[in-house]
Amino acid sequence: MGSIKDEVAIIGMGCTKFGERWDMGAEDLAIEAAYEAYEDAGIGKQEIEACWLSTVMAPVIGVSGTIAADSLKLGNIPVIRNENWCASGHIALLEACMGVASGAYDVVMALGVEKLKDTGFPGLGTGRGMHPVYEARRTSPGSFALIAQRYFKTYGLSIEEGRETLAKIEVKNHDNGSLCPKAHFHNKITVEKVLKAPIIAWPLGLFDCCGNSDGGACAIITTAEKARDFRKDPIFLKGFGISTDAMIPHFRPGFSWTSFDALKTSSHKAYEMAGIKNPRKELDMAEVHDCFSITELLIYEDFGFSARGKAKEDVDSGFFTREGGLPVNIDGGLKCFGHPIGASGLRMTYEVYKQLQGKADLPERQIKNPRLGLAHTFGGPPQISAVAIFGNEKG
Amino acid sequence: MTTVGISSCGGHIPYLRLDRGVVAQIWGRPSVGGERSVANNDEDGITMAVEASRNCLGGRSTEKVDGLFFATTTAPYKEKMNASLIATAADLKREITTADFAHSLRAGTGALKAAFDSVKSGSMSNVLVVASDCRIGYPRSDQEQTFGDGSGAVMVSSENLVATFEGSYSICNEMMDVWRNPEDTFVRTWEGRFILGEGYINHMKEVVSGLLRKCNLEPKEISKAILPAPDIRSHTNLVKQLGFHMETQVQDPLLSSGGHCGSAHSLLMLVGALEEASPGDMLLLANYADGADAMLFKVTEEIKRERNQRTVKGCIEEKSLLASYARFLSYKGLVETAPGEPFRLMPSATASWRDRRSILRCHGSKCRGCGKITFPVQRICYHCDSKDTFDEVPISYLNGEVFTFTLDSLAGRSDDPVVIQTIVELGEEKVRFYGLMTDCDPSEVEVGMVVSLTFRRIYDGAGMHNYFWKCRPVRRGGIHNGQHKG
Repeated sequence: MGSIKDEVAIIGMGCTKFGERWDMGAEDLAIEAAYEAYEDAGIGKQEIEACWLSTVMAPVIGVSGTIAADSLKLGNIPVIRNENWCASGHIALLEACMGVASGAYDVVMALGVEKLKDTGFPGLGTGRGMHPVYEARRTSPGSFALIAQRYFKTYGLSIEEGRETLAKIEVKNHDNGSLCPKAHFHNKITVEKVLKAPIIAWPLGLFDCCGNSDGGACAIITTAEKARDFRKDPIFLKGFGISTDAMIPHFRPGFSWTSFDALKTSSHKAYEMAGIKNPRKELDMAEVHDCFSITELLIYEDFGFSARGKAKEDVDSGFFTREGGLPVNIDGGLKCFGHPIGASGLRMTYEVYKQLQGKADLPERQIKNPRLGLAHTFGGPPQISAVAIFGNEKG
Repeated sequence: MTTVGISSCGGHIPYLRLDRGVVAQIWGRPSVGGERSVANNDEDGITMAVEASRNCLGGRSTEKVDGLFFATTTAPYKEKMNASLIATAADLKREITTADFAHSLRAGTGALKAAFDSVKSGSMSNVLVVASDCRIGYPRSDQEQTFGDGSGAVMVSSENLVATFEGSYSICNEMMDVWRNPEDTFVRTWEGRFILGEGYINHMKEVVSGLLRKCNLEPKEISKAILPAPDIRSHTNLVKQLGFHMETQVQDPLLSSGGHCGSAHSLLMLVGALEEASPGDMLLLANYADGADAMLFKVTEEIKRERNQRTVKGCIEEKSLLASYARFLSYKGLVETAPGEPFRLMPSATASWRDRRSILRCHGSKCRGCGKITFPVQRICYHCDSKDTFDEVPISYLNGEVFTFTLDSLAGRSDDPVVIQTIVELGEEKVRFYGLMTDCDPSEVEVGMVVSLTFRRIYDGAGMHNYFWKCRPVRRGGIHNGQHKG
């Protein structure tokens, strides 16, 4: 496999306030995100040569790129819509990067928007699958809860131990999110509160599940060569990996439900391209897909942050807190931002981008001298994973 | 003349029961006593018929089955054959004769008689006759308490007979005693003394006496009189008037333990009788509705051959009590429930038709390259990448173990808010199955729990009923007798 390490860079980003944006449509979210990115990059729309749009639940099937084209008045350029479940944002971003790396374009935009709060219900809906009969009652929390049950069983955690471990992850993310102005939720929580919350899909309770929010985020990308013409602190793409498991986990013969090939493959491909041997030591921060607490736990292990079956030890020791060895989800993650699906990958990238520039919105949540950061989304039944690693220096 | 009879049989009574005292208390009237069976909210006339059919087939080869007759008065579809769906879910071959018998509580015995005649004439060799019903009585009526839900199935054959068909006698009588108009939810009745005295008792007496006379038999020569009855008092009266000895000669009418299961009741009682019969027994079955049918059977040595895994008696013992009348009403569709989160994907008749082998027949694909079985059918093997080289294999009779599960509070309806989602490994091959668990209290579920598959109604969407398989606990010997939900 080839590499585009250090060939492209992000030169501007924008991110909306996430939350219940009753007065904002998908088009408004696109404008809010894109205009912050224009300003950050110091350019206007006339310099954008192509746009990769990520949106999943857009009003109806078959809206193509109109959300971006119509709202932003992107005249006569290609607008390519990407739908890859929760990984859509990252995959749109990475496709945009490849568009630049290929030499076809000099300056492009990756835009993710999702308007979840127009659906009229709090979750993502039932029957989340491809098949109206086999997966008629499948929900997102239900699918991820299947992982939790099996993980506890496999690694000998009692339900109480397992739930408490997951609760600590949520307490950490809420602690981080409380400092993040653009997050949907700013409330700090306690383990006790998490454990006593209503059950959504046993063993996952309310605080084990991310919220439903509206949001949008945008990145402007150019070649690494031209990046410094736009700004002095561009952020370079170091490596990426995208992987879709060969079969939906629910029907996959012999599937363990404690580890996903897509997670392992996507992270390892990204490490390989970025030249990372020991992610636990070399990464300075990671924004990973904490759609549910168990997902973040599983990612610690599949990404090589924690030893197999030992994530609990790292959770207990606070290794992934803002002050820990590897801060994970320092903006509060999906847990505090909610998960407007198509926007999330770009929102996570926004946090990595700002942290690597040393420009976190509040100084108290800026980590010290980060060099390498990872952003990751994991979606579907789940089945698809996308990882992108960024650095603030070339080479 | 060809000897015809019954080669196997199977019954089904839903897992859920309602204590009649609960209904009585709600309405401030006396209880009829005992319990009535209540179809779960994923059961209907079709799924119960599939249960009974599968119990009757017992996982044996269906190659020689060339007919299926279905009887009911509560078909899920007003226009559309139900027998074809039942035959498909029972995994019968396509080259068979199917027919629905409807509109009468004699539909079950009518279908049975037609099957005997078909096999006797040589036009068919093995006809599965299955009847199923879930009728509803008016709130506060006696019928609300006395009706039950259930199904019964017998295989009519000319070989391997556990009971031979010795003769029948029928009378037709037109009267308005018990009926439903097309728009009716509830069963209408005329005055009790008319329908029970002039209708039920007189015609049952006439048809039983007629059959005994025709066969030159005395009542005392009958081993078991199988006499479906609308209520216990009528049953007792009839037995007395016919001269049968209640303690030794009369089959349990299943009224106190399940209730009268409409057109299925005669077959369900017949199955119950066969499951307890001994070689040489003479069984007399009589069934009433706008006249009456009576049939005589002689039990053969073959009855010792193999006994059903899931007997009518076993069904009665395996139960969970519905705690509230409210839940009975909502399960019967008499009060509306708020659905769970809306479905994202509506069913499509064409898509379901294409996938019918997996959805309805529960077939997986067994790879000819590596031998691994995957469900649903996969054209390219997950293990060895062989393309289009597989054999379809049925997996619906395999027992399995729960690999992982969740109790999902988002996907349920308001009267049944917790949906048990499971990943199951079936059989020695550990075939993966993803589905819901039914007939189970959520607190019972655990990893490693032994389950079997059952055909259920999944949900209604796009104007059609959608059926698929679920798993349910195998309660070997152990009788779970707890309370079901709230």
